[in-house]
Amino acid sequence: MSTMNVKFAGLGGTGVVKASDVFAELVFELGYDVKKAEVHGMSQRGGSVASDVRYGEKVESPMIPDGEAQFLVVFAEDQIPVNEAALKVGGTLLSPKDIDVSKLPSEKALNVAMLGKLSTFFDFPLEKWEKILQKLFAPKFHEGNSIAFKIGREG
Amino acid sequence: MPSFDPSAKKMLLSGNEAISLSMLHCNVQIATGYPGTPSSEILETYSEIGGYAQWAPNEKVAAEVALGAAFGHARSVVTMKHVGLNVASDVLYTATYSGVQGSMVWIVADDPGQASSQNEQDTRNHAKAAVCPMFEPSNSQEAYDMVRLAFQTSERFGIPVILRMTTRVDHSKSIVQVSDEKLEALKPHFVRDIASRVMVPGYSKPAAKRLRAKMEEMAAWNSAEGPNRMEMRSTDLGIITSGISYHHVREAAPEASVLKIGMSYPLPVNLIREFAAKVGRLVVIEENDPWLFEGISALGIKVEGKYDPIYRFGELDVNRVRRILAKDQSPEPVPVKGRPPALCQGCPHRESFAVLNELNCIVSGDIGCYTLAALPPLSAMDMMIDMGAAIGMGLGLRHVLPREEAKRVVSVIGDSTFIHSGITGLVEMGYNRPSTGHVVIILDNSITAMTGQQEHPGTGRKLDHSPAYKVNYGEIAKAAGIENVFEVNPVKEYDKMKALVKEALEKDELTLIIAKSPCILALKSILAWDKANREKAGDQK
Repeated sequence: MSTMNVKFAGLGGTGVVKASDVFAELVFELGYDVKKAEVHGMSQRGGSVASDVRYGEKVESPMIPDGEAQFLVVFAEDQIPVNEAALKVGGTLLSPKDIDVSKLPSEKALNVAMLGKLSTFFDFPLEKWEKILQKLFAPKFHEGNSIAFKIGREG
Repeated sequence: MPSFDPSAKKMLLSGNEAISLSMLHCNVQIATGYPGTPSSEILETYSEIGGYAQWAPNEKVAAEVALGAAFGHARSVVTMKHVGLNVASDVLYTATYSGVQGSMVWIVADDPGQASSQNEQDTRNHAKAAVCPMFEPSNSQEAYDMVRLAFQTSERFGIPVILRMTTRVDHSKSIVQVSDEKLEALKPHFVRDIASRVMVPGYSKPAAKRLRAKMEEMAAWNSAEGPNRMEMRSTDLGIITSGISYHHVREAAPEASVLKIGMSYPLPVNLIREFAAKVGRLVVIEENDPWLFEGISALGIKVEGKYDPIYRFGELDVNRVRRILAKDQSPEPVPVKGRPPALCQGCPHRESFAVLNELNCIVSGDIGCYTLAALPPLSAMDMMIDMGAAIGMGLGLRHVLPREEAKRVVSVIGDSTFIHSGITGLVEMGYNRPSTGHVVIILDNSITAMTGQQEHPGTGRKLDHSPAYKVNYGEIAKAAGIENVFEVNPVKEYDKMKALVKEALEKDELTLIIAKSPCILALKSILAWDKANREKAGDQK
């Protein structure tokens, strides 16, 4: 298979890195080669944050070349212009508009809801998603995450 | 809690996590450093997975601690970002002469593209100038493997070794397979050897000759057995590369033959000659300085580098490598600007800089979150160059400016930065007093905030958040001859802070104001750490 590229983007503190960690760990456990890239540091202070996840038989560069992302998942609408150069022609853009955010148990769970939306484009087993979410989040978030993931899937 | 299970055999790890795990498997006895993006997580993770790590006041002290440990036949690590090596370089340039008896690895993280740094300097220049062997991993697996190789090399040749990381290798995640090859712990002990370790000229001159002889031996070893790889494909195009650039090259030019250099100082000269003879067009692909290009050109080999100055700056990526190979000199697409970082809502620095704006101060600044105050809307900092410079630069201005301007100068420095290299600035202030006096403000948010909330000697807690002696900034100032010392909370006592600064500016005296209010992001953690320490102390009574 050719390399699959999924870019996550938003603002510092909205769970961009965590969401990409979940997706990267998922494809790792499914047996793919995987690389993930992001920049830490000053971007923590409310600035734009993006994280690239690439998987396939063999992945070379950890960074998605412009125009090669099959999926761009943004957590804030204003981050679309900043990141859309990454998206492949005919690629899929997912934003909070694609889900019913009013139903979310908390604003913080938006990243998990976006993962729920993303999950509908892949035939990875749902129990695998669930398992990774439980592995990467503290127990107190599990119930809320479970709800948010479903809301994302239904949106 | 570590972000991964250190007992697993195969994991998805960042380069920094892979280094920490390898340090554990190499039985590193002491690991020290000073936080700096992108290197900071190495020591924190090492501590979380069971290794012994500590924060030093600055990189120079850290390197000296690690060197002393290696003189005592221990295995030691020192970590820092690229600019930290400037502070510690005094140690490095003579530690290569003395060599080590245990082993010592310097993990130095460069930041091509300046994601979070004041410059884009290239550590490879330091390695060459200090005559220090250097490894350059391309991914997390190599970072894991090269830590072990760096220690083996350090022990075999009796010399400190640099592991040069870059932002992308530090922070990208890729798969790591754990090695069964573990290093036995060394047994620290002291053997007197004055001629090897006391670098007076009489002993240092022969040491310099020994060092050059070691390098010749290492260069031959590097060509024959070093962690380099010649991958022959089409011989039309041959690319010499190292670090993260290797992966960009493989994706941008999958048909090209590649010489991947894993140990870049001393260069594997014989291997480079062999590769150059096999291919038609020969190109070097590297980030930062044309370092490999110059080294290979000096061998008399005809090689192309990044001729176009646009590729001299910033990180490389797959598309840029394609452009370099195509000799494309058209302007690069300009990325859409994202939202810039800003001081957090509720950050106590906002109030401190509002005071300085109200009083129309000339602000000599320093490095930390508070440097963001230089950006609009605050625009409240006039200069920032290097760690600790706020005080010295402020004093320089005070000495030369006309009196009415000199009276407006204030030096502003964070708590961790003050510990790092602000203390000597205070000593200078007491020693060479400007005629108008001076005002220094320590923005004490009780943590090293910018790099991700690390402890330091002023927090009263060690790297693992257990209790430590807490440095008293005011007492240091008094001992240095600063007559006025005040502590104020810039958030809860805004008017008092403004009055204190105003009064201090009017006097021709020396004043230190400690503007104390915790980092809003770290507050919850700080309260939890202190509570845990109090409870533990209570249990022991």
